[in-house]
Amino acid sequence: MSSSASTQRPKGLSPGAQSALITTASSVGAVVLALLISGLILWITGKDALDAFDRMIDVGLQKNKLLEMLQRATPMMLSAVAVAVGFKMGLFNIGVEGQYLFAALIAAVVGAHLSLPAPLHVTAILLVAMAAGAAWASIAAVLKVKRGVNEVIATIMLNYIALSVIQWLFDEFFRDAAENDLNVKTKLIPRSGWMPHLVTGRLTGMFLVALLVVFVYWLLVFKSRFGFQLRSSGLNPVAARTAGIASSKMIIIALLISGAVAGLIAMPSVLGEIHAYGQGIPDGLGFAGIAVALLGRNHPLGIVAAACLFGFLDATASALQLGGIPNSIVEVMQAIIVLTVVIVNEAVSRWSARRTVARTVEVLESTTGTTPAGAPAGASA
Amino acid sequence: MSVQAPVSPTTGTGGNPTGGFRELLQRSSAARLVLAGAILFIALSATRVISDADDLTSSGTMGTTLRLTIPILLAGMAGLFAERVGIVNIGIEGMMIFGTWFGGYGAWQFGPWIGLLLGIGGGIIGGLIHAVATVRFNVDHVISGVAINILAFGGMRYLSELAFVGEAGGGISQSPKQQAPIPTFSVPILAGGEIFGWKSPDILGWLEDKAWFLIGDLAGIMRGLVHNVSWATFLALLLVPLSAWFLWRTRLGLRLRSSGEEPNAAESLGVRIVRLRYLGLVISGAFAGLGGAYLSIVASSYYRQGQTAGRGFIGLATVIFGNWRPFGVLGGATLFGFAEALKLRSPSESLIALFLFVSFVAGLFAIRSLYRRQAIGGVVAAVAAVLFLLVYLTVNKVPDSLTQATPYLITLIVLATASQRLRPPAFAGRPWRPGSSH
Repeated sequence: MSSSASTQRPKGLSPGAQSALITTASSVGAVVLALLISGLILWITGKDALDAFDRMIDVGLQKNKLLEMLQRATPMMLSAVAVAVGFKMGLFNIGVEGQYLFAALIAAVVGAHLSLPAPLHVTAILLVAMAAGAAWASIAAVLKVKRGVNEVIATIMLNYIALSVIQWLFDEFFRDAAENDLNVKTKLIPRSGWMPHLVTGRLTGMFLVALLVVFVYWLLVFKSRFGFQLRSSGLNPVAARTAGIASSKMIIIALLISGAVAGLIAMPSVLGEIHAYGQGIPDGLGFAGIAVALLGRNHPLGIVAAACLFGFLDATASALQLGGIPNSIVEVMQAIIVLTVVIVNEAVSRWSARRTVARTVEVLESTTGTTPAGAPAGASA
Repeated sequence: MSVQAPVSPTTGTGGNPTGGFRELLQRSSAARLVLAGAILFIALSATRVISDADDLTSSGTMGTTLRLTIPILLAGMAGLFAERVGIVNIGIEGMMIFGTWFGGYGAWQFGPWIGLLLGIGGGIIGGLIHAVATVRFNVDHVISGVAINILAFGGMRYLSELAFVGEAGGGISQSPKQQAPIPTFSVPILAGGEIFGWKSPDILGWLEDKAWFLIGDLAGIMRGLVHNVSWATFLALLLVPLSAWFLWRTRLGLRLRSSGEEPNAAESLGVRIVRLRYLGLVISGAFAGLGGAYLSIVASSYYRQGQTAGRGFIGLATVIFGNWRPFGVLGGATLFGFAEALKLRSPSESLIALFLFVSFVAGLFAIRSLYRRQAIGGVVAAVAAVLFLLVYLTVNKVPDSLTQATPYLITLIVLATASQRLRPPAFAGRPWRPGSSH
């Protein structure tokens, strides 16, 4: 039976490799589709789409732009991992946005008041950021576990509350009086707390930290016992509960990890560029992370690739302006990519489920010579 | 929180003439609502007199409240219609952004009324995108909504660069100023409106100036509702009873709700769920688009990036707050609009006066709980009343940044404490495909 089944497979790929191939192909196809739609939008609005893509690729292959791509991909990788940890557990953490901004303020303030030798100082700030992010996420976790509040609504509300709390803490306590009024920020972090640059002025060491986080995410979620429990709670909560996995515990742990990773998102700016909290801390990265996690299908390699794609788009957007094309088309592209990716994924997974049924029936028919009694009548057609 | 007693459809005729007041209260939730409103009003009036915060119930504050309430209300109605057909709509904010842009563009090019219509059209585009993703392709509702928000932000920036850059007063983040606003009206005699060129007396304005306890407050609140009101505001308010009637009194409304409660059963009875869900999301998008257009045409006179300022999400909060009912949404939107109006008009004194008001309400709640022998609730409410009174007496400035968080904080508290009494549509947010149950 097994030999006849294996002859059915094209190219002799294992089922796992096949589904990986289908996943990759569908994601790439979705991106191509999204680029076509974006080109269509450019064309309808009277802009030369080919010229636009040409300019982006031209500029994007320069070394400086590639470094900028990695630099921009760094926070998105972190943000995507934060979102993906939740997704794997069936939780939608929209609150990454508030968690990382809150963590950025706390980490910058604590970092400025510490005095430690350089490597320890940087590590301590990173740990504080993770703790602060996790602390903010824990509010949503407690509300969900204790009071049954949906985490989507709770984290949306907490995002806005975070903005207010940050503003208040900043205005009342942490604003550095020594700074002039034009460029307000918190007290500067001493030099020992600065993240070294890999390429001076272009790429900070946070890039390596982000890769490390992606690797740990892979180990923890895909290779460990804990990860198995996490994923099974996400896939089938009832079965997981029956198997003795306490879902409320998993919810809390997943949201805390998610918040801790989220805490690192603004660190490339806080530790590598501004060395404080203030103007220049980017916002919107939490939502970008959702897009990157979806595009990367929550898989470590997918997340890295998707973050690089988004980083590439952001880095090369400025080239468009020179050709008279509004660079906000890049944001439109990113949103369309998200939509096409989720729609194509849904369509493909439905198609591959039907295909699996048809295959099974085929194999059973060829081995037993009759249609199995339980198979749906039309399934083999 | 007793204000959100659900408005049941049977109450219009309620009131047994032979029954006493108590029986009326038990039978009719509308009567309970009126009583609760009256008590809150007396507490508010007393707060005004004691704390000297005259702006608390002035007609100016009420007018501002009305203008700030409408966008939140329309966003809430957008959420209501989507969830009633079973689709969670996180993309309201994005659909409102579509509405602000198309509304602002239309009003600048063709006049305010066409602007409102174009804004509605923009919102409908957003609703249709959401419908294709969630209904046709069964994509997770939240994901689709998030994508629409991102799309709206980038897309409208792109269109602004094409349409507004280079025009006088326009730029990448805002449109040129519009020529004409939507006309307003004042009710004659009550608020000094004109009849055939004759300037009628302004009775409510006169009463408000006297500032008598209760009467002055009532006059101020009423005058705010009938003086200088935009026709767009009037029409938007009219949509609330219309929606309640449509959803609970018509056959189509019943079917729409069945799609959000139990689509499998409805489908087995021959209801075409897919079409209804498209319809529900088109209505939802239209409400959101109108809310956005209101922001760029009535509340302002040009489109500006970021004009929605999270109102789509506050609207979502009012859906929960209002227990998925039109009048509940109106109540929630009014509360948030009122808080915002106070902050705009007289940041410090009115807000601090509100602490006294909350203290009053908590005190009344404590008395009610003790009367009903609910010891725990009574003690908690009494402690809260004392705490808020202390805050009122000691604090003399509320940080502006913190008051901004009030609507979101209230929503979380309601969700955490009153979730037993909330009843969302049973099927909202769950994946569903036609023919999946049989």
